[in-house]
Parts: sequence; C-alpha cells; structure tokens
Amino acid sequence: MTSVTLTPGTGARPLADMLTMLRRNLLRAMRYPGLTSFTIAIPIVLLLLFVFVFGGAVGAGVAPGVDPGAAGRAAYLDYITPAILLFGVIGAAQSVAITAAMDATSGIMARFRTMAISSASVLGGPVLGTVVQGLIAVTVVLGLAVALGYRPSAGGLGWLALAGLFALVTFAFSWLCVAMGLAARSVETASNTPMLLTALPFLGSGFVPVETMPAGVRWFAEYQPLTPIIETTRSLLAGTPPAASTTLLTLGWTVLVAVLGLAWSRSLYRRERR
Amino acid sequence: MTTDLAVDVRGLRKSYGDQTVLDGVDLAVRTGTVTALLGANGAGKTTTIGILSTLLRPDAGTARVAGYDVVARPDAVRAAIGVTGQVSAVDDLLTGAENLGLMASLHHLGRRAGRERTRALLEQFALTDAARKPVSTWSGGMRRKLDLAMTLVGSPGVVFLDEPTTGLDPRSRRTLWDEVRALVTAGTTIVLTTQYLDEADRLADRVAVLDGGRIVAEGTPAELKAAHDTGSLDDVFLRLTEPAADGRATATATPSPTTDTTDTTEVAR
Repeated sequence: MTSVTLTPGTGARPLADMLTMLRRNLLRAMRYPGLTSFTIAIPIVLLLLFVFVFGGAVGAGVAPGVDPGAAGRAAYLDYITPAILLFGVIGAAQSVAITAAMDATSGIMARFRTMAISSASVLGGPVLGTVVQGLIAVTVVLGLAVALGYRPSAGGLGWLALAGLFALVTFAFSWLCVAMGLAARSVETASNTPMLLTALPFLGSGFVPVETMPAGVRWFAEYQPLTPIIETTRSLLAGTPPAASTTLLTLGWTVLVAVLGLAWSRSLYRRERR
Repeated sequence: MTTDLAVDVRGLRKSYGDQTVLDGVDLAVRTGTVTALLGANGAGKTTTIGILSTLLRPDAGTARVAGYDVVARPDAVRAAIGVTGQVSAVDDLLTGAENLGLMASLHHLGRRAGRERTRALLEQFALTDAARKPVSTWSGGMRRKLDLAMTLVGSPGVVFLDEPTTGLDPRSRRTLWDEVRALVTAGTTIVLTTQYLDEADRLADRVAVLDGGRIVAEGTPAELKAAHDTGSLDDVFLRLTEPAADGRATATATPSPTTDTTDTTEVAR
C-alpha cells in the first residue's frame, strides 16, 4: 500500500492562487490585445462623437448661458467626461464576461474545478486583471479629454479617491459580468448580455440633466446605481467634496453589485456542465 | 482492507431528467493499478469520471477516491487527483512552458522546483522544442500530450484519463502508453476510458465494461476473454454491450456465426 495516494496536497492558498490567476490573465491580455484595445477604443470614439458632433448644440442645453458652437463643445466636454470615464470602466468589466465564458467553454475551467483551488481565486484573478485594465482605460480616456481641453481641478486626495472609486466600480461590475459570462451558453451570448450595462450611463445624469427627461425615464435615471457614481465622479473631478448622501449611495450600490455578482459567480462556477 | 482501494464506488446513480445515465455502478480500483472503463458511446464512462473527479454530483450511491468521499470531502479528493478530460484543457494563448508553470504555481511547488518540474515534463513528453511557442500553434497530438503533462505536474496519486489517446497518431499513442506504465510503476493509480480495445488489452490490469449504466463485466483482460471463450476483447465487448435501439450500431447487431454457436452451447449446458 502506498501512502502517496492517501495524503492530501498542501491545500488551497486563496491569495497566492488568485495572484497566479491574475498573472495568467494579464499574460492573456497581452497576448490577445484585441479585447483590451476594443474596450479602450469605445469610450474614445464616444467622447469624440459626443463632443465634436453633438457637443456644439447639446452643450448649450446642459450649461445655461453658453452659446452653441465652440463654447458649447467645451461645456459639453466638461459635462460628459465623468460619464465617459465610467463608460470605460464598465466596458472593461464587460470584457471579463467574454474571458470567463472562454474559460468555461474551453475545458480549462473544468481542469481548475478538479483542482484544490477556491472559486474566488479562479474567478478573482480575471476580476483583478480587469481592474488593472479599467484603470488603464480611464487614464487613456482622461488623457484624451485633457488634450481636448478638459481641465479637472481635483487635488491629491481627490485623485486618490477617484482611483479608488474607479477600481471599486470596475471590481463590482466585473463580478457581475463574470456571472453573466458563466451563465452564458456560448462566448457569443457572453459578449451580448453585458451590453445591457452599456445603456446605464445614458439612462442617467451622464449625458443630459435628468430634469429634462420624461417622468418614467427620469425616475429610473434618478435611482439607478450609476447616477450617484457619476455624480460622485463629477464632484471629485471638479475638486468639490461629493454630498454625503451621494457618497453613501455610491458605496452602497457598488458593494451590493459586488456581493451579488460574487455570490452568483460562485454558485455558477460549481454548477454542473455537460 | 478498504484503504487499499484508490477508487471505491458503490451503487452510483445519475440521471438527467428521465434519462438514466448511471444505474447502480459498482467499481473497485486497487492502489497502483490501471483500470480501463470500456463502453459504447453514451454508456456513462464520462459521467462516471465526472463524478469521481468532483465535477458532477451523484444522485445516489457513494464514491470514495483516495479514501475520501467525493461529496463530503471534494477538496481532499481534488488535492489527490489529476484529471485529463475529453475536452482540451490547455490555455491556448499561453506557451507550453507557461501552461506547465501555471500548474506548478497552483500546486505551490515554489519557483525553482516549478521550473525544474516544467523542464522535466517537457522533456518527458518530447515537447521541449515547441515549449516557447503559443499552444494555439501546436498540433492536436502535442496539445493532448501537454494536457496530460499538466495533469501530472502535482504528482497526483490517482489519475483519471477520459479517452486520452483519441485522435493521436500511433507513435503518440505508444508514448502515452509508456507514460501510463511508468506512472503505475511509480505507484500511481490510473482509471482511463477508451474506445480502443487493444489499448485496454495492453495497458489495463483490469477492465470494466459499462453498458446501460451498469458494470456488466469486470476482470483482467485474460479473465474476460476466457469467460467468453475468445481471444479478443472485441468479441467480449460486442457480446456484452447492447446495440443501440435507434440503429446506430446495426453493424454490430448481427452476431457472427461463432458467437451464435458459443451462446447456444452455453444455453444448452
């Protein structure tokens, strides 16, 4: 009788395993830069489109007393940059749905499931990788906005808070998107479902003031999770501390989305697949 | 002694809706041996491996692997096993060395030991030359060998291989057989499924034939052949497994004259 077969391994080390998975995902992102580039390209295209096509006219509408044309464009750039940055963050989160679905359909996730690794490590790696990608996307898009004339007035503490906020929002929505990716039957579906999240910045205070919307849409816009997040971002970028209630709502929503996404992902991870 | 059994399965049942896949499977695999699970397509081989490797939950019955119950102690089972499934479980975007390095990290081998293990396995499976290229550029046979090498990184005590040589050329099949024999010599227990009866004949200490969700015969290849009065496992297999009702296996449905005679003789006795 050999004792080898009866001795369990060293057991799971969740943190070390998560960092191993993070390394794997960053390596994959570098090998397959298409997905990352795409998530950065979308907010860039949106920013250019909204400023240079709609900005001249719409800018005068969101900022009272501003003339249409160049002044309107400048005002609109100022108004939408916070939402565009969050758009970049949500876009990065969406890409993790595709990553998760690719792993789930390829057989490598089945391998991980037969190993002594916790689900939080297997799925947390891609989530942390997405946080890194989200912060890169935000930096690139913010750089472009500044090049176009945007002038944020956040202080040192404000920037730190912004980085934390973007990381937290990416983290929360990534867990939700991981679950969507695992729930999808194919990689194609996985890239479609999270598209619903793309609509959120539009159905909020990101592009036009909610006061201008009809009652039903306005109600949704006022209460949906991205509105307080956009308002917090706007305040921090402007260098003014956000209202306590808005901050509380922002933290509440992100924590809720993260917890729901995490719980849903973990239950889907152990689900039987045939 | 029960601890002598690396795999101990009793009354295993599993159905999907009204389709019964496993209908009371009993199987005992002694530590340090190779057992081949034979069966027609859809006989329940992959489902059995799935339950033993903690991917699927049984509806009824018990399964112990390396002494641990697969339902009660899945993590202890996972720490003791290595699995190569039918679907390729390699990371296409990484290189061969990176794939093995990933497994070494997940088994907490440490940087130096991990690198040494990676180098040794690449050499063992003749993959060293391609080691630095992304796996997506590799041939199917090379990917299959990497798949097996990844399973072995953690030196598992019990290894499950689901159709490990399907799609491999004869030379790669031989390489794989040699590896399996070497593992068993080192004390590893192996349960494999296969469609190739010569593979079971050459490789397995014991063969279990799965049909209609039950083990219909179990023994050494020699015992099974003797019991059915034939020199070939093919005959044993064809006699034991029912042809599919929808006519998929019509080619095997008509028994050969020799089979008829033998059966009649047996009934007459």
